[in-house]
Amino acid sequence: MQNRLFDTTVQQIKYEVIKELIKAYDNGLNNEIFHDIPIKIMPGPQASLRCCVYKERAILQERLKLAMGGDKDNKNVVEVIDIACDECPVDGVFVTPACRGCISHRCIEVCPKQAIKIEGKHAVVDKEKCIECGRCTQACPYNAIILQKRPCVLSCKANAIKVNADKKAVIDNDKCVGCGACVYQCPFGAISDKSYILDALDILKNSENNTKYKVYAIIAPAIVAQFNYARIEQVITGMSKLGFFQVVETAIGADLTLDHEADELKERGTLTTSCCPSFVKYIQINFPELAKYISDTPSPMVMAGKLLKALDPTGKVIFVGPCTSKKFEFKSDKAKDFIDCVISFEELQAFLDARNIDVSTLPDTALDNASYYGRIFARSGGIVEGVTDLAKERGFEAKPIAMSGLDECKKQLLMLKVNKSPYNFFEGMACDGGCVNGALCLHHGPKSLTDVNKYGAMAKEKTVENSVKLYELAKGNKSDE
Amino acid sequence: MVLSVCVGSSCHLKGSYDVIEAFKRLIEKHGLGDKVELRACFCLGRCSDGVAVKADNSYILNVNGANAEEKFENEILPLVS
Repeated sequence: MQNRLFDTTVQQIKYEVIKELIKAYDNGLNNEIFHDIPIKIMPGPQASLRCCVYKERAILQERLKLAMGGDKDNKNVVEVIDIACDECPVDGVFVTPACRGCISHRCIEVCPKQAIKIEGKHAVVDKEKCIECGRCTQACPYNAIILQKRPCVLSCKANAIKVNADKKAVIDNDKCVGCGACVYQCPFGAISDKSYILDALDILKNSENNTKYKVYAIIAPAIVAQFNYARIEQVITGMSKLGFFQVVETAIGADLTLDHEADELKERGTLTTSCCPSFVKYIQINFPELAKYISDTPSPMVMAGKLLKALDPTGKVIFVGPCTSKKFEFKSDKAKDFIDCVISFEELQAFLDARNIDVSTLPDTALDNASYYGRIFARSGGIVEGVTDLAKERGFEAKPIAMSGLDECKKQLLMLKVNKSPYNFFEGMACDGGCVNGALCLHHGPKSLTDVNKYGAMAKEKTVENSVKLYELAKGNKSDE
Repeated sequence: MVLSVCVGSSCHLKGSYDVIEAFKRLIEKHGLGDKVELRACFCLGRCSDGVAVKADNSYILNVNGANAEEKFENEILPLVS
C-alpha cells in the first residue's frame, strides 16, 4: 500500500475500495466489479489481515456495497458489516496475571459492590455483582485490573451499540446519532459509512463539463488540516480537474449561520447550535424537553447551498467534508433543496487518485470566500468566539459555552435541563475538538487545530459583514425571477 | 440590464465586494434602479482578469474599487438602453 495518507489501515482499505469503484465507473460499471475489485485489492494467495483471503474478499464485497450506497432500506448512514465484526470479547472487568496478590487490597476497598475477593493470592471479580464502574482499575497500584469494553461500544457516546446473541455489534437506529465515532474506532473496520460517491460521479458526468448545469463543490473548513502533502490551493486545482465548476468555502455559509444565530439568541434568550446534525439529533433523542432551545438557523452547509442556488438556480451543490452526519443531513427536509450530494475527505482523496491527479504537482487556484469566523467553525469554540463578538456589537450579552464530544454535551445539557446552567448559548459538536476531528477526516490530531486557526487568520474578510451582504444581494436575484 | 459581479475566490481577493458597493452607489447616483439589476455570481471564467464583471453579454475586466466609477461610466453606462 502507498504512503500513509491515513491514520489507520482500515481507512486505507475503505479508500482503496472507493478508488477502485471510481475507476470502474469511469470504465463503465458492471456486475463483474464484485468479483474483480476484491481480487485486485487482496490478490492473495496469502491472507494479509484475516484468517484467509476468501474472507478478506467477502468483506471487501460488503465494503463495495457500502461504497455504492449500502442498504437502501436502512436510513442510517452507518452500518455494521456483520462478517467483518470480529466478535471482540466483552469480558468487562478482568484481572490480568500482573496481579501480585498484595496485602493492601485497594481493589477490594474501592469496590462499591463487594464484587472482588481474593482467591489463592489473586483478585477475582464476581461478574454477577460487578457494575463495571472501573474504580478498581484505577486503584490497583500495578495496573493489573483492566476494564475491557468493545471499542465500538466504548466509542458510542449515544449508547446505540449493542452486542447480539451471535456476539456481533448491532446499531440501534433509534438511538444512533450518526456521528461516526464507531466508524473511526472499530479496529476491524466492521462499522462503516455509506458512500454517495456514485451520485456525485453522476452529477458531474451529466453536467457535460458544466454545460448542462454547473457543479459547485462546497468544502468544509476542516479541509485545511487534511492534505498535508499539498497546499489547499493545489487541492482546489485538483478539484477543478475532477470537473467541479467552482470550489467554494462552506465557511461562507458559516458566516451566514453565525449572523442569523446571533440574532436568534438575542430574540430567544437561550439557544443550542444547529450546525452539527449529530448534536441536534442527540438532543432530540435524549433531551426532548430541551429541543425547544435548538436553533432554527440552517447549518453552514445548508446556508452555503442556499446562497449558491440563489445565485445559480440550476447549479448543483456537492458538499465535501469530514462528517458522517452530513450524509444524512443533506437528505432532510431542511437541506434537500439546497444540497445535492455529500462526499467525505476520504472519498475526495480516492477520487483524485482514481483519476491519477497528484495535487502536489499542480499550480495553485485561489480559495477565499469566507471570513475568519466562518473558517474557525471547523473547531470547537469557533461559534462561541463569533457569537461573543457579534453579541458585543449588537448590544446584548451572550454567555456561551463550547462543548465537544457527546459526553461533554451531555454534562451541560443536564445542567440546562434542571435550570442550573450559567450559560445561555450552547455550541455543541459531536466530535471531540469539533469537525476538525470528524470521523471521515484523513487524519486526526492536535496539529489540525493549529492549521484551522492559521487558516482562519488568513481570510481576507475579518467579519461576516460582506458574506451577509452577498446573501442579501443573492436573495434579491432570486425574487426577481 | 443584468450586471453580474464575480465573487469567486480569485475576484474576491481582488476586491469584488468593493466593486459591488461602488456599483450599488453608482446605480443609485444615475437613477438606474429600474434598468440595471445588480447580481453576483461565482466565476465568470476570467479569473486572471479580475474583478470580472458581465453586463448582459459583455465582459468588463480588471475592475476594482478604485476604477469602478470610471469603468461604470465609460464601459457600462453606454450599454444601458
